[in-house]
Amino acid sequence: MTADADAERKTATPRARRSLRPPASFTILCLLTALVCAAVVALTLGAAGIPLGRLPAALGFWPEHPVNPLTSRDQLVLWSIRIPRIAAAAMVGALLAVSGAIMQGLFRNPLADPALVGVSSGGAFAAAAAIVFTDSKLGESLRFMQNELLPLAAFAGSLVTTVILYAIASRAGRTSIAIFLLAGLAIAAIANAGIGLLVFVADDRQLRDITFWLLGSLSGATWTKTATIAPVLALGLIACLWIARGLDVLVLGEAEAFHSGVDVERLKRISIVLVSAMTGVAVSICGVVGFVGIVVPHLLRLVIGPAHRLLLPASALLGAVLLVGADTLARTIVAPAEMPIGILTAAIGAPFFLAMLLRQRGLVAL
Amino acid sequence: MTALLEARAVSMAIGGATLVDAIDLTVNSGETIAIVGPNGAGKSTLLRLISGDLRASRGAISLKQRDLHAYSSRQLALHRAMLSQHVSVSFPFTVEEVVHMGAGDRGRAAAEPLVEAALHEAGLADFRHRKLPTLSGGEQQRAHFARVLVQLACGEAAHGPGLLLLDEPTSSLDLRHQIDLVETARRRAANGTAVVAILHDLNLAVRFADRIVVLHRGAKVADDVPANTVTDDLIRTVFEIDVRVQRHSDGTPLVLPQLMTAIGPKLQETS
Repeated sequence: MTADADAERKTATPRARRSLRPPASFTILCLLTALVCAAVVALTLGAAGIPLGRLPAALGFWPEHPVNPLTSRDQLVLWSIRIPRIAAAAMVGALLAVSGAIMQGLFRNPLADPALVGVSSGGAFAAAAAIVFTDSKLGESLRFMQNELLPLAAFAGSLVTTVILYAIASRAGRTSIAIFLLAGLAIAAIANAGIGLLVFVADDRQLRDITFWLLGSLSGATWTKTATIAPVLALGLIACLWIARGLDVLVLGEAEAFHSGVDVERLKRISIVLVSAMTGVAVSICGVVGFVGIVVPHLLRLVIGPAHRLLLPASALLGAVLLVGADTLARTIVAPAEMPIGILTAAIGAPFFLAMLLRQRGLVAL
Repeated sequence: MTALLEARAVSMAIGGATLVDAIDLTVNSGETIAIVGPNGAGKSTLLRLISGDLRASRGAISLKQRDLHAYSSRQLALHRAMLSQHVSVSFPFTVEEVVHMGAGDRGRAAAEPLVEAALHEAGLADFRHRKLPTLSGGEQQRAHFARVLVQLACGEAAHGPGLLLLDEPTSSLDLRHQIDLVETARRRAANGTAVVAILHDLNLAVRFADRIVVLHRGAKVADDVPANTVTDDLIRTVFEIDVRVQRHSDGTPLVLPQLMTAIGPKLQETS
């Protein structure tokens, strides 16, 4: 009787339906290939077009016979404008996507995104304050290090916002999705009010500086800025591998994570610092670029599953691909003018977010 | 028998309300203990105190002759495993991935046999590739039970018999899986594990436990073998219902709430 019932259960329901996931190495390889392709396309497109045939020579891979008169112009465009910009776009995309993925793990909520819940705005407010301050009489002495001060201020602003958000939304080891999103909205509103106030008191020159990256643009990318992001990204990615298992188990809830042997408080502290540092640095380079952090991890979870050991590095790569693509589009779509990249990512990301929300509505009681 | 866990005069008070009141509890290796009592009696609080999740306001708890809070969370996880009452997973982890989480940072190869065994023990071998949020409540509960079994097995492989804590492990399970779970827990106890479970079904508790601890308003009112704890008087006082406790031929108690006592004599005749 029991054996019969067992057999019936096996055949009657689609219990054995498999959800096969591609191997990790294959995923990483595919994403790396996509990144290289996106970068090559980005290299060839722009105000000064460089066809694929001229690219190797312009990059200095091999000498040309006969020498093309355009090569030196190409080299100048590539090495001083386009390559640092592509590198910055890739790294900012990686930072945003990874901080989104960590934040979602930390809040056990696939709808978390640093830009959506005010963490980016907090960073932007602090950076705007730094611009106004270093430009004023009071902070004149610090003006020479504005480049270094900006990311630090953005990091501090993001950190304060994330800590406040966690304190509000998390109670007794559980996070309420509704309170979390609403608190994020309120925090973003406060930060934006602060930015508005700074814009109001700023003089013309400060105003230009502030609006320049508030709109979200990578056109200011230089080798110096690229060099500022690189170590943060490298450290962030190494730290990611360290916290990956903890984030997996944290999905079960704080109590279960503790029972499974995770030092929950330490994990939370590391995650909050990582999210703040990565978002802050990204914001300091190109302003508030939303939705990368929500779209990328979500798409990846559908294909490779939610385990963070692979999700985090894969998010970095797909985030890089997405932002290099979006930035190329931003550079070319209304050429010779440039569209702020924040507008593009919001135009793609916001409908995507709504679709996710509608799908969740059935599953989770908001 | 060696005392695996010793709680001495443990109290827990939050905001003036005493949830757990000066409870002594000794759990020996290989013992199965059921904690029973009405809602709000302090069962879950007591279990969370024993697990190290909460810190007692007064009293001391030691696990393997060492203060519970002297362990780091990582060390503690090697000596005790705990299944909480409600665990929700918001990301599409598969059953196998969730069960694997019990193995901590052990490599896939080292954990594989343990994961495999736990999946079979929880009757989830066919479900391994299903995503957890798509399963029924009972199936999810079994998946978490399997995860906790893997954690226990990993710890026991290195440090000898451990402590298994279960907070209403059968609350979403059908009859067959309730019995399966109890049998699995008893098998672990036969190998030296100490098992402490909160159970609401007194008859299941009788079947499961060597000792039943009865809590009432935060205090321990009984702690003895089932035949001595599950009695008319005690159940009436603690649960405030009219019951008749009957005895199987071997003396095991069978609790029949008053509404069901009408069919009681018939049942006794057939058994």
